[in-house]
Amino acid sequence: MTAIPQKKFRGNSISRLAEAAIHLITGSIALLCIIPFIFIVIIAFSSAESLRTVGYTFFPTEWTTASFQAAFDMGGQLWRSFYNSVVVTVVGTFLSVLITIMYSYGLSRTDYPLRKFFAFFVFFTMVFGGGLVPTVFVIRNVLGLSNSLAALIVPALIIPFHVIIMRTFFKTSVPESLIESARLDGAGEFRTLFSIVVPIAKPGIATVALLTAINYWNDWFLALLFIRDRDFFPLQYLLMEMQQNIEFLRRNLAMIGASNINFADLPGEGLRMALCVIIVLPIAFAYPFFQRYIISGLTVGAVKE
Amino acid sequence: MRLFLTRNKKTLAITMMMLPGAIWLLLLRYLPMGGAVIAFQDYRPHPPNPTLLNNILNSNFVGFDNFRFIFATDRAWIMIRNTLAYNAVFIVLTTVFAIAVAICLSELRSKFFAKLYQTLMFYPFFISWVVAGYFVFAFLDPTFGMLSHVRDWYFDPTGWPTILTSAHLWKSLGFNTVIYLAAITSIDHGMYEAAAIDGASKWRQVWAITIPSIRPMIIILFILAVGRIFNADFGLFWNIPQNMGPLQNVTEVIDTYVYRVMQANIAGAMGMATAAGLFQNVIGFICIMGANALVRKFDNENALF
Repeated sequence: MTAIPQKKFRGNSISRLAEAAIHLITGSIALLCIIPFIFIVIIAFSSAESLRTVGYTFFPTEWTTASFQAAFDMGGQLWRSFYNSVVVTVVGTFLSVLITIMYSYGLSRTDYPLRKFFAFFVFFTMVFGGGLVPTVFVIRNVLGLSNSLAALIVPALIIPFHVIIMRTFFKTSVPESLIESARLDGAGEFRTLFSIVVPIAKPGIATVALLTAINYWNDWFLALLFIRDRDFFPLQYLLMEMQQNIEFLRRNLAMIGASNINFADLPGEGLRMALCVIIVLPIAFAYPFFQRYIISGLTVGAVKE
Repeated sequence: MRLFLTRNKKTLAITMMMLPGAIWLLLLRYLPMGGAVIAFQDYRPHPPNPTLLNNILNSNFVGFDNFRFIFATDRAWIMIRNTLAYNAVFIVLTTVFAIAVAICLSELRSKFFAKLYQTLMFYPFFISWVVAGYFVFAFLDPTFGMLSHVRDWYFDPTGWPTILTSAHLWKSLGFNTVIYLAAITSIDHGMYEAAAIDGASKWRQVWAITIPSIRPMIIILFILAVGRIFNADFGLFWNIPQNMGPLQNVTEVIDTYVYRVMQANIAGAMGMATAAGLFQNVIGFICIMGANALVRKFDNENALF
């Protein structure tokens, strides 16, 4: 299931020199990919004094946890946003996976006569859409979703790419004879799906669930479009808004010619970096465990299409 | 008759499963397509009862005026140029780099390191653009940034094409590498062994076996990417440049323009924002159909549809 080749012909390997070069190149690229994250962690643990004197650096003059202290001292808003992010992620993932499973299952059934129509119905939305403005209007005015957690959940419920992965998984891992025998045993369609097909397709469901959860956890765009009330800010948007406020302040101060203002006195440079770390941390810790599911799911979903 | 009934019952049950997804698609994807008529209107809210339908019914049709208005400005050409140029560069660089890295990783003797590199490179895929914006900010911040001594990055457009391209590569390289690596892994190893016995060098094997074998995957990803060449990654172009005005000549893309006009909320703006979005979707649709038709002409079995 992993994407790494299992065995290789001994006599056909690359030379030691070439291998060293590949280690150097791919190793450096790999390092570049995570260095920004390490940088942010270091900044979050740098003291305000260190930031003032040497700025953002990999080698701060003084280490401290004060920024995290400040983040937790934000109290209400931080916990409120954290709660919103968790609820949106959990509820959104559950609903999205449920709907995706049911929809993809129908598409995978070769004996379902409306299969072609519904396949077109979902995949056409990958190549054409009404555009941002009408979509926002429909969600806001027709569905009445704004300033609520539902506005962060509903607009992202179906992702066509996940339907492709799921359908391919059903097609390749669930034998039709099994569904047929379940039917002969008198099981209804819903029972067949949830007590026979779903357990077999668990790895595929895990992949889609993880991708969906990350999608919800990382979302800020829906908040940008539909949330004005701070009570419903998710973490990502809280972070984004803080940055915008600081930029706004900075720009206006520069515009009125207050160039001698010490920007180091503006609140929370370290605080915002600490928030960044708090947001990324759950992903960073869970990542080594879930990435192989995603890789195997993408591999099956993409290659066997 | 009985057979007909049971078959109908089955069809009905599966249709019930499709229903939640189908309703979602109808409301959130197909209804907005109808709402795109706003592009041809002087759209105004209809005060006594400003529902979307009422507003549309009571707004005047102005034909292609909104489109004409957009294209009368220099800004239109700048944003179209940026969208196309960035996406073209992104497609080429991501494809070339991802294939190169995937081939390199597949040649490494140490499976441990190959997996480690792949895991590290995939990590940015799971980071939101908001957090990635902070990553870039840590280097470019005018007060504390590591590279702040070079220039005032957020006021000087020099260097931004490189920064945005790097940010895109950083985030998408891992995902594409995983997919290409999966395709490479599924190549029959016997081919390489036979080639080696015939005296083919590693370099020759890559060009004669690896590249032709993963060609279907390259073509599929290429068609999909070309189909989205008019759709810029809003998160990248919004969060990385921090929405700074002085950078707009090199950072404004169609998606950020649509959002900006929509937010401005001045009279007649909605028609323009919708028109820009509709233009983007129609041209994008033509592009994906065109790319697919081209592939079908030269390489029939690898066409997407």
